[in-house]
Amino acid sequence: MTQGTKSRIDIKNVSKIYKTGSGTVEAVKNFTESVKDGEFVCVVGASGCGKTTLLWCLSGLHPSTLGTVEIDGEILNAPMPGKIGMVFQDSNLLPWRTLMENIELPFQIKKKPINHELVEELLEVAGLKGFENSYPGELSGGMKQRGSIVRALAQDPEVLLMDEPFGALDAFTREEMNLFLLKVWAKTKKTIVFVTHSISEAIFLGDRIWVMSPRPGRLARVVDVDFARPRHIDLQFEPDFISILKEIRTEVEGSKAGKGN
Amino acid sequence: MATDNLAEKIPDFNGVAPIQGGGPVDVSALASVRRAKGFKEISKVLLLGILVVTLLEFILIWTKTPLYIFPRPTLVIKSLFHDFGPLYRQPLLQTVQEFFVGLAFGASIGLALAVLVTLKPGLDIFISPYIIIMVTTPMIALIPFLMLKFGFGMTPRVIAVALASGPMVMINSATGFRRTNAELIALGKSYGATEFQLFRKIRFPFALPMIIVGFMVGSIFGLLTAVGSEMVGGGGGLGNRLVYFSSLVRMANFGAVLVIVATFGVALYSFFTFVNRKYASWQV
Ligand SMILES: Nc1ncnc2c1ncn2[C@@H]1O[C@H](COP(=O)(O)OP(=O)(O)OP(=O)(O)O)[C@@H](O)[C@H]1O
Ligand SMILES: [Mg+2]
Repeated sequence: MTQGTKSRIDIKNVSKIYKTGSGTVEAVKNFTESVKDGEFVCVVGASGCGKTTLLWCLSGLHPSTLGTVEIDGEILNAPMPGKIGMVFQDSNLLPWRTLMENIELPFQIKKKPINHELVEELLEVAGLKGFENSYPGELSGGMKQRGSIVRALAQDPEVLLMDEPFGALDAFTREEMNLFLLKVWAKTKKTIVFVTHSISEAIFLGDRIWVMSPRPGRLARVVDVDFARPRHIDLQFEPDFISILKEIRTEVEGSKAGKGN
Repeated sequence: MATDNLAEKIPDFNGVAPIQGGGPVDVSALASVRRAKGFKEISKVLLLGILVVTLLEFILIWTKTPLYIFPRPTLVIKSLFHDFGPLYRQPLLQTVQEFFVGLAFGASIGLALAVLVTLKPGLDIFISPYIIIMVTTPMIALIPFLMLKFGFGMTPRVIAVALASGPMVMINSATGFRRTNAELIALGKSYGATEFQLFRKIRFPFALPMIIVGFMVGSIFGLLTAVGSEMVGGGGGLGNRLVYFSSLVRMANFGAVLVIVATFGVALYSFFTFVNRKYASWQV
C-alpha cells in the first residue's frame, strides 16, 4: 500500500478497566499497536471482547485506565474535534434536523463556516445529492449511514473511527456501503480504524486486521491483507480470501471456546 | 439497582420508550388520541355530540327529572350566553389568572430542576423523593395550611397550582433529558461541544416531546388544583361558583360553570397536542 511510514496512532500498553456493581471488568488489556498514516485497520473479535472499548479509548472520550494513546505524537486525553471523527452503528443523525442541518451541526458546534465545496463533493460520492432537505426519517438505513459518514468526513478529520457502522444493514446494502467507503477512502486518504463483527467485511476493507480475544480483551493476532486495490466485490470468492477468512474465524472461535464463553 | 432514578419510577407519557409498571398517574393515552381528519369525519363527530346532548335533553323532559337533580342542556346553554358577563366572566378570569401565574412559577422551577439533575446526576437522589411526594400528594390538601400563612388572597391557590404542576414538568423533562441517546452525547463531545451546546443542540430538542407532555399533564393537574382549591378555600373563582350555585340549587348555573371548566381543560389539552404535533413531530 501507499501509506506513509509515519505512524498516526500509537497505542502503548493500553488497559481499560470498568468498575461495575459486582467488581471490575478488564475490557482491554495491555494493548500495544500502531496505525500508520492513511492505513485502514479493521478490528474483529467475539462479542464483548472489547472492540468498542478500544475504539472509545482511541477517541479520547473514555480515557484508558493504564497506558497512553498518542495521535501524531500528542498524548490523547480529551476528544480532538479537528483530528478525530466518529461513526457509530446507529447513524445518529438528529431526527429533528434535515440531512444538511445534520452535516452543519459540527460546524455550528465549532463555530466555523461550513465547507460547502467539500460537503457537495462528499454528498455527490455518497449519492445523497437531492436529499439535503430530507429528514432522517425519510431516508433508508443505508442513506442514513452514508449521511453520518459524510457528516464525519465534512470535518476533514485525519482519523476516522468507525464502530460497526454497517452492522444494522442487510447484506446487499452492506456490500454497497463497503464499496462506497473504499471509494471515499481512496479519495481522502484518511486513517481509518473500523470495528466489525464480520470477518469478511474486515478482510475486504482492511490493510491489516487486529483480531482480539475476550476476557480480558487482548490483541490475539495481527493479519496483513495484501489484496490489490481497488478491490472488487467478487474478491470474497477467491481462495486466498477464503483461507484468510477461515484462519481468522478459527482464531475468533478458538478464543471464545478457550475462555468458556 | 442502586442507581434507580426517578425516570424509572414515573410513568411515561409518550411512548418514547415505554416504562413498565406504571406509576402514580398514567395519562399516556392522552397524548395519543387520534385526531379527526377531514370535513367529513369532523362533522360526524360533531353530529354525534349534538345527538347525545339532544337525547339527554329529551330523556330529561320525558322522565320529568327535576331541575335540581339534573339541569337540561338547553337551560345550561341559555345561561352560558345570557349570564356570561354578570355571573361567569369574573370567576373565569380569576381562575385563569391563578392558573397561569401558578403554572409559570411551577413550570420554570420544574424545568430548572430537571436541567440541574441532568447536569449533576448526583443530586437526583436528594431531590427525587420530594418530587415523588409532591406528585402523589393532592396539593389541595395544603390549602387550609397555606391560607393560614398567606390569607384569603390568590397567593395560596397560586402556590398550590405551582406545587401541582411543577413536579409534573420536572419529572417528564428530566426523563426526556436523561433518555437522550448516549451516543448522540458522545458524538457531540467528539466534535468538542460544551455542556451548554450539548444541552441546546442535542438534549433539549431530544427531550422536547417529553417536556411538552410534562406541560400538558402539569397544566391539567394545575387546573384541577386551581378549581379544587377554590372549592375548599373560597375567595372566588370557578370552583367557588360551583360550590355556591350547587348550595343554592341553581343547577343551570352550576352546569354552565362546569361547561366552562371543561372547555378550559380541553382547550389546554388541544393547545399542547397542537404544540406537540408542530414541534415534536419528528419522533413519530
Ligand atoms: N460502561 C461499561 N461498564 C462496565 N462494563 C462495560 C462497559 N462497557 C463495556 N463493558 C464490558 O466490557 C467488555 C467489552 O465490551 P465492549 O462493548 O467493548 O465489547 P465489544 O467487543 O464492542 O462487543 P460487541 O461486539 O458486542 O459490540 C464487555 O464484557 C462489557 O460487558
Ligand atoms: Mg461494540
